[in-house]
Amino acid sequence: MSVALFVPCYIDQFYPDVAVATLELLESLGVDVEFPSGQTCCGQPMANTGCNAETAPVARRFVEIFADYDAVVCPSGSCTAMVRHHYAEYFAADDAAFQHVSTRTFELCEYLHDELKVEQMHTSFPHKVSLHQSCHGLRELRLGQSSESRVVRENKVKNVVSLVNDIQWITPERSDECCGFGGTFAVNEPEVSTEMGRARIADHINVGSEVLASADMSCLMHLQGLIRREKSPIKVMHVAQIMMGRPIH
Amino acid sequence: MSIPLPIVDHPTAARKFVTDDQRSPWHDQALWFVRSKRDKQADTLPEWEYLRSMASAIKTHTIANLGNYLQEFEKNATAQGAVVHWAADAAEHNRIVLQILKEHQTLRIVKSKSMLTEECGLNHFLEDSGIEVVDTDLGERIVQLRGETPSHIVLPAIHIKKEEVGETFHEHLGTDKGASDPKYLTEAARGHLRGKFLSGEVGVTGVNFAIAETGGLVVCTNEGNADLGVSLPRVHIACMGIEKLVPRFRDLAVFTRLLARSATGQPITSYTSHFHGPRDPESELHIVLVDNGRTRLRDSPEFRHALHCIRCGACMNTCPVYRRSGGHSYGATVPGPIGSVLSPTRDPKSYKSLPYACSLCGSCTDVCPVKIPLHHQLLAWRKELVGKGLLPWSKTFSMKAASFMFQRPRLFTFVGKVGRTSLRLLPHWLTHNPMNTWAKTRELPEPPKETFTQWHKRNRT
Repeated sequence: MSVALFVPCYIDQFYPDVAVATLELLESLGVDVEFPSGQTCCGQPMANTGCNAETAPVARRFVEIFADYDAVVCPSGSCTAMVRHHYAEYFAADDAAFQHVSTRTFELCEYLHDELKVEQMHTSFPHKVSLHQSCHGLRELRLGQSSESRVVRENKVKNVVSLVNDIQWITPERSDECCGFGGTFAVNEPEVSTEMGRARIADHINVGSEVLASADMSCLMHLQGLIRREKSPIKVMHVAQIMMGRPIH
Repeated sequence: MSIPLPIVDHPTAARKFVTDDQRSPWHDQALWFVRSKRDKQADTLPEWEYLRSMASAIKTHTIANLGNYLQEFEKNATAQGAVVHWAADAAEHNRIVLQILKEHQTLRIVKSKSMLTEECGLNHFLEDSGIEVVDTDLGERIVQLRGETPSHIVLPAIHIKKEEVGETFHEHLGTDKGASDPKYLTEAARGHLRGKFLSGEVGVTGVNFAIAETGGLVVCTNEGNADLGVSLPRVHIACMGIEKLVPRFRDLAVFTRLLARSATGQPITSYTSHFHGPRDPESELHIVLVDNGRTRLRDSPEFRHALHCIRCGACMNTCPVYRRSGGHSYGATVPGPIGSVLSPTRDPKSYKSLPYACSLCGSCTDVCPVKIPLHHQLLAWRKELVGKGLLPWSKTFSMKAASFMFQRPRLFTFVGKVGRTSLRLLPHWLTHNPMNTWAKTRELPEPPKETFTQWHKRNRT
């Protein structure tokens, strides 16, 4: 089985350790991972602005690069949701490569949970951790049950991260409220975005969390920006880094 | 001749509200409390998701066969003794209501909550014709006395603090200066409204549901003001959008079980009043059926589902943007996620900022009792707006540039390198300058020494 790693553009540029941790984690579980060259972006920034014409060539390029792999794994719920749920308008419905890539692209935790069915890990993360559930992971990919929904679903992110030894979960008061990143929303509506982010950070700090964790680094980029500006007493980490037992930095 | 609507600039309108640290967090908490009550009520019904699917299916069916059901409703309502009027738009609706009032030489009306009459601007229209209009819903009355508009479709005065209500009541109702006890203020409003009820000559209500099979209407309130308002006068005018229909009486239960639970976290509204024709031979019941853009919405495959809306307001209560920016920032009768879908259908240019006043978190879609895919419709609106050339040039240009770059991996690598290097070498004040919107409140990421691509080349090939 050939597995490709898709590293979202901003992770490649700003958070390489998230991708390294993802790669090392998959390798430690016996997966032979390839990193196809030439990959850049899934096209979400353009699509979420409504620029279909600008999204189309980026989406088509993505499918070409990843079409020959049995599975594509990505350490981002949001980018995975883009490929799985929002590519249809850029391809013919019977396009086999598109069908294959959109159904075989997985968010990291989802891949560990559903495909590899991981049952144990040998790493340790002896810290108080609270989970920020990214909206697209939760409500587009359905990696867990949203607080609005009464459809019972397993929380795939929490299930796999809980396999790390010594982790201590802390639950924020609002379990799945948006952090206010929202891609270009963060700069279109900076004041509302900032207020939403501050409220999330305060919630996680108030319940005594040391590490605010998420399966989406884009939410964390926004929250970390606020945390560093305001010198708030909490750190952010991607779940791949936690699953690899990285030190808090 | 139509007057062009002003352009709603949501980010600017929101700024004032969200940066008011006395109001925004309080507003957020108040609405989150309502959302939490809704969650508890949803928990009491194991069939919650089944009800949502049923409600959605009934609405889809009704909207698909709307013409037939409207005719069936008209036939049955007429047989019950009601007079059915058809209004193509807001102006016709207002003219019809005024005509009925003139025929009865009416000078004073009492009105219960109706978002449709807000949408049509009925109050001002009637006031300009010399008719006194009294909103009898407490929240609406507060808003009316203050010369404002509702900021929420179920909780019209949610943006106003009790101290402010005290000031308004002191000025208009003569309550003690500085009094802000909700019980005292409510009692004062009750006394004030009682007099208005007694002198009201015609009662105007909205409609929550109309039943094609029976020709009956259902009005839901918590204050009983709709019942009181139409029980004393001889004439009842009920104004409804044509999408308020359900086919059969038995379909109603699906919606009454969902409505109050979704809206305020109550199992049911205190009053669920059924009207089947006028109450006696001396009385009149007029039903005004209003289109005002609904047929156009129905013709759009992309946005037709928005006609499912039962105006519960759950999408507002759950929306993290609405909770922090306040209802008035949307500049529309219906604010929040559903308003941001509906308003651009009225005028895409005026309301072009609303589909972007959203982080696409999807909470509205999951909370909606009739399963309108709200956040997907907001995304669809963005595509429509770009197609109509309504996105600012600066944004179109930056997206074109991004697309160009993402199609060229070597250019992407080069631009990334320039960016990271500048971030490392340039002084903080320059990289985080006031022109950088991101950096007004946030630090930029710390640039790493190498990208993952470089790391991979060094370590795995």
